Amino acid sequence: MELLIFYPIAALAVVLALFVVFNKSPIGSAVSLIGLMLCLAGVFIGLSAHFVAILQVIIYAGAIMVLFMFVIMLLNLKDDDNVIWKSREGNTLLTVLTGFLVLGILYKIISITLSADSSKPAKIMESFGTTAEVGKSLFTTYVLPFEVASILLLVAMVGALVLAKTKID
Amino acid sequence: MLVDILITLLKIFFILGVTVGFFAPILTWVERKQSAIMQDRIGANRADILGFRALGLFHCIADALKMFTKEDFIPRGANKILHTLSPIVAVIPAIVTFAVVPFGGEYNLFGKQVNLVISDLDVGILFVFAVASLATYGYVVAGWSSNNNWSLLGSMRTASQMVSYEVTMGLTIIGVLMVYGTMRLTEIGAAQENFFNWGIFLQPLGFFMFLTAAIAENKRIPFDNPEAESELVAGYFTEYSGLKFGMFFMAEFIEMVTIAALVTILFFGGWQIPFVSTESITSLFDFLGTTASNAIAMLIHVGVFFGKVVFFIWFQMTIRWTLPRFRYDQIMNLGWKILLPLSLINVLVTGAVILARS
Repeated sequence: MELLIFYPIAALAVVLALFVVFNKSPIGSAVSLIGLMLCLAGVFIGLSAHFVAILQVIIYAGAIMVLFMFVIMLLNLKDDDNVIWKSREGNTLLTVLTGFLVLGILYKIISITLSADSSKPAKIMESFGTTAEVGKSLFTTYVLPFEVASILLLVAMVGALVLAKTKID
Repeated sequence: MLVDILITLLKIFFILGVTVGFFAPILTWVERKQSAIMQDRIGANRADILGFRALGLFHCIADALKMFTKEDFIPRGANKILHTLSPIVAVIPAIVTFAVVPFGGEYNLFGKQVNLVISDLDVGILFVFAVASLATYGYVVAGWSSNNNWSLLGSMRTASQMVSYEVTMGLTIIGVLMVYGTMRLTEIGAAQENFFNWGIFLQPLGFFMFLTAAIAENKRIPFDNPEAESELVAGYFTEYSGLKFGMFFMAEFIEMVTIAALVTILFFGGWQIPFVSTESITSLFDFLGTTASNAIAMLIHVGVFFGKVVFFIWFQMTIRWTLPRFRYDQIMNLGWKILLPLSLINVLVTGAVILARS
């Protein structure tokens, strides 16, 4: 029953991800990306992580993508066949490093998936995925990563403000 | 199992009937009548069937007929798929929001506990925000896909305005969530059985900020910059006609009902009557049996809920026909420099009070 829901959503997510990459118009890519985010939210719901699913929709599909679209419209990017995407000179090292990083992550994911016992479903608490449960673990077990992440975001925000402000002044 | 599905279907049909079938068409008439009264005119009363005018109520039918029969026009150079999709994306979230809005409490009917909400989600109010934030795309993409500069400007204003006021709206809600300690709208409603527990008394500042942000999200005057007729022709829906325009039109009116329902459930006790508990109603009619007394309580509560909703719809319309349109920079200043700091202070003060009382 769960697979009946999972496979269509996952397949749609993959198709939409391909659309994001291969779409000629920037807005088309952005719309596909929103669809992809919604599919991911669907996968989260399948894992009974309702709170995370809702946050996925509110933050990624809702807030961040609106800003993406705003920027695309502000720059008025149109479908243009004349634009040829070239990799910048001297970026080879970065590209190779990023490739290795992705390979490392993929290796980790695959090794975890293979070592997991998939014959019987994992036992989860009744309250798994509820807002209260997520909040509790965020503020007790994972309080340090949580705070570090929030400080990182704050720094990024201040940095963006500083960059924008020097431009204006 | 089958009975549960049947009950849920009944609730869905009821909500659809009330919002799409009743409120959306009737509100077009109410808005015209209210503007007429406020501007000392007689108002929409020309549509008649065989000389019978019914206070102009036939204008609802005339409107619907007009929208169905108008030419559906897609401008040259427009993106056909997105141009067709965006009004649908705009109207669906407005209706879907009602899935988590309770329009009554819990009643014992025929030995079965019936909860008057379509889906009592644990994330409750967050679902409303998630769905409402998706509606933004309907308006943003509408302007972009029309291949029209006025539309594009309108949708850019929509994007910035909706993102700005979503922040305030989310932060105001946090105060309410802290006071009631739950995100389920049913529990928030049930917690307001005591009159002095109503959100308006516990979160007075929150109420005003929520209503302001909500009206800004709905893009109605005084926040209607995205469609400012005197500047942008009609903003993001300049290039829409027929039923596609009708969908944008309908979305606005349904959102008005949504806002009224949310304000009612968060700040004005939902279906509760001041100083009258559910038990006192059921015990008053106890001689009719459990089911009958519960059914009476249910009818009264649903009536009270929609009575409050109608009041807040009237309130929004009064605001709409009283205030002039704000300037774009005024809207941004109000959102970021006044409402956002105020809502943060509101969260802080609420937290301090809760800490001091515990």
